[in-house]
Amino acid sequence: MHQPDTTPRRSLYFNYEVFQAAPLPPEPDALAPVLIVGAGPVGLALALDLARHGVRVVVVTAGQQVSEGSRAIVFTRRSLEILQQVGADSALVEHGLPWRFGSSFYRGQEVFRLEAPHDLHDRFAPLNNLQQQVLEASMLTRIAREPLIELRWGHLVTAVTCDDEAAVVTIDTPHGVYTQRAAWVVACDGARSSLRQLQGLHLEGESWQGRFVIADIKIDLPLPTERLAFFDPTWNPGNTVLMHREPFGIWRIDYQLPPDETPEQALQPASLASRINAQLQSIGFGDKPWALDWCSVYSARALSLANYLEQRVIYCGDAAHLLPIFGVRGANTGLQDAQNLGWKLAAHVQGKAPVELLHSYSAERVAAAREIVAEAGKSTRFMTPPTPGFRLLRDATLSLALTEHFVRPLMHWRTSRPHEYLHSPLNTAVDDAAQCLTGPAPGAVMPSVRLAEDRYLLDDADTGFTLLLFSDLPVPPAVQAAADQWRAQGGALRIVLLPRTTAEGAAWQRYGVVSDGAAYLVRPDQHVCARWLQLEPTRLLHALSRALGRASPEKTP
Amino acid sequence: MTAGLPIAELEAVYDLIATGLDGAGDKRELFLAKLALLLANQLADMARVQSCIEAALRDLD
Repeated sequence: MHQPDTTPRRSLYFNYEVFQAAPLPPEPDALAPVLIVGAGPVGLALALDLARHGVRVVVVTAGQQVSEGSRAIVFTRRSLEILQQVGADSALVEHGLPWRFGSSFYRGQEVFRLEAPHDLHDRFAPLNNLQQQVLEASMLTRIAREPLIELRWGHLVTAVTCDDEAAVVTIDTPHGVYTQRAAWVVACDGARSSLRQLQGLHLEGESWQGRFVIADIKIDLPLPTERLAFFDPTWNPGNTVLMHREPFGIWRIDYQLPPDETPEQALQPASLASRINAQLQSIGFGDKPWALDWCSVYSARALSLANYLEQRVIYCGDAAHLLPIFGVRGANTGLQDAQNLGWKLAAHVQGKAPVELLHSYSAERVAAAREIVAEAGKSTRFMTPPTPGFRLLRDATLSLALTEHFVRPLMHWRTSRPHEYLHSPLNTAVDDAAQCLTGPAPGAVMPSVRLAEDRYLLDDADTGFTLLLFSDLPVPPAVQAAADQWRAQGGALRIVLLPRTTAEGAAWQRYGVVSDGAAYLVRPDQHVCARWLQLEPTRLLHALSRALGRASPEKTP
Repeated sequence: MTAGLPIAELEAVYDLIATGLDGAGDKRELFLAKLALLLANQLADMARVQSCIEAALRDLD
C-alpha cells in the first residue's frame, strides 16, 4: 500500500502544508475525460487550462505536499503570459523578482554581459525568479476555486493499459487500490516519470559528464538580481559557479563538481559549507552569515521522447524531455507544452476536433524540444566541456576574453524562448509569398501591444481563435457572416478590430501591416496560424478548419 | 589558394611561434588554441579556417 511521507518538509522561508490523502473515488468505474498524473507547475497549468475550456479533469499526485525545495526558479516572460492565461500568475506578479541582465566573471573581471531585450509593449519582464513550491502553492489556491478540477493527493499510479476507448490506470493510495478509467491520460509526472517507465518508453539524446550542486542559502547579499556566472574560480579550478537571487532573502549557488566526486560526497554538510564559504569569500562576502535551506545534485542532459503520444497517454514537461539547466529550459518548456496541449485536448474531448489535432501537439513540441536540445548543447559545451578539446577551447576563450572582445559572444547562454511552429500542419501558407505580411510568421507567438496604461493585447484570455483585423472600417458583413458560420459549427472565434491609430500606430507596426484590411488568425495558445494582406472570408474558414486538424471546412470530426 | 608569406617573413613567423611556445612554458596547448582563435578571427573566412584545420590534421603521426 502506498504510504507517502507526511512529515512536513523543512524550509527557512516556506511553510509546507501536508494535504490529506484523497479517499477512494465513490464511482471508481466512471470515465474521466482527462486524467493528469502529476501536480507540478506543468500538470497544474494544464488542469487550469482544460478547466478554462470547460473540460472536467482529475489530477492525481503521489505525494501529499508541494515540491521539495526551490527547483525551477527562473520563469520567462512567455511562462508568465501562459500562467496569466490560466489565471495563475499572481504569485509571480506579487513575489517574483524580475531581471534581464547576466554577468560572467573570470579572474575577478567581467568578461561578458548579456542584456535580455525588454519592450514597452510587453507586460512582463524577460526573466522572473520565484521558487517552484511558492508557485505551486499559489496555483493550488487557484485550483481550489475551480469546480471542474478534482485533485487527489497521495495517489500513486502503478499500472496502465489502453484499449480503443480508454486508458485503465491502476492507482495505489493509503486507503487501498483502485482503477481509474480515462479517455486520455496526461503524464506530467516529471523527470522520473512512472508512466514513461510503465509504458517502457526511452528518452533519446545526450547526457553530459558534468554534475552540479544546487544549494539555496539564506543570506543578505548587496548584489543585483542578475545571472552571475563565475568561470574557473580559484577555489574550484576549471569549473563554473552560478548565482541567482531568489525572493524571501534566498540565494541559489550552483557549482560544478570535480569529475571523480559522487553526489553523496558533494552533499556532505562539511563539503557544502567549505565550498559555499569559498565562493562567498571569492566575491568578497566571506564574513556574511548564512544558513542552508535546501540542496540537490544535478547533471546536464538533453533527452526527449521521439513521440509525445503513446496510445492514450500524452507526455508533457520533464516526463517528455530532460533539458539542461543552463538557459532556464525545464519548467519554461513544460509550460509551453501544457499550453500547446490544453486547447487541443479540450477540442478533441469535446468532439470538435479529430485526433490529428493531438498528433500536432506531438509534432510541434517534439520539434521544439529538438531545437532546444541543439541550442542547449551550445551553452552546455561551454559550461561543462565534454572532451579535452572542448575544454582547451573553453579555456582559450576565457583567457582571450580578458582583452579580446570578439570572443565574448561565445559565452552567450541562450535563454529559453518560445518555439515558432513554422512547419506546423495547422498553419495556412499564403499562396503568394510576395503577398506576405512582414509581421510574425504562421507558427510564431503573437506579439503583445500596450493598448493603454496596464492593458496589453495579450491580456485577454480567450478560449477560442482570435482574428486580429487591422482596419479603420467596421468588420465587413462577409467576415461577420463567416464568423457566424464558424460559430454555428461549434467553433469559437473572437474578432479584435485594430484601427491604424491603435497604440499610436504600434499595433500595425509590430504586425508589419501597411494597408487597411490585413488580418492575422491566432490559435487559442496565442500562436499565429494564418495571415493575409487582405482577408477573404472563405480563406478564413479554411484556415480555421486546418488549425483544428480538420481537412476542410465541410468535413466534421 | 593565396600567395602566402614571402619566405623571409615565413621564417620570422616560424621563430616567433617557436619563441612564443617556449615562453608559454607548460601552457603551450592553451597558447596555440588562443593563437588559432585570434588568427581565425583575423582571417575572417570560415572555409579557409576549415581547410587549414584539415591540413594541420594530416600526417600527425
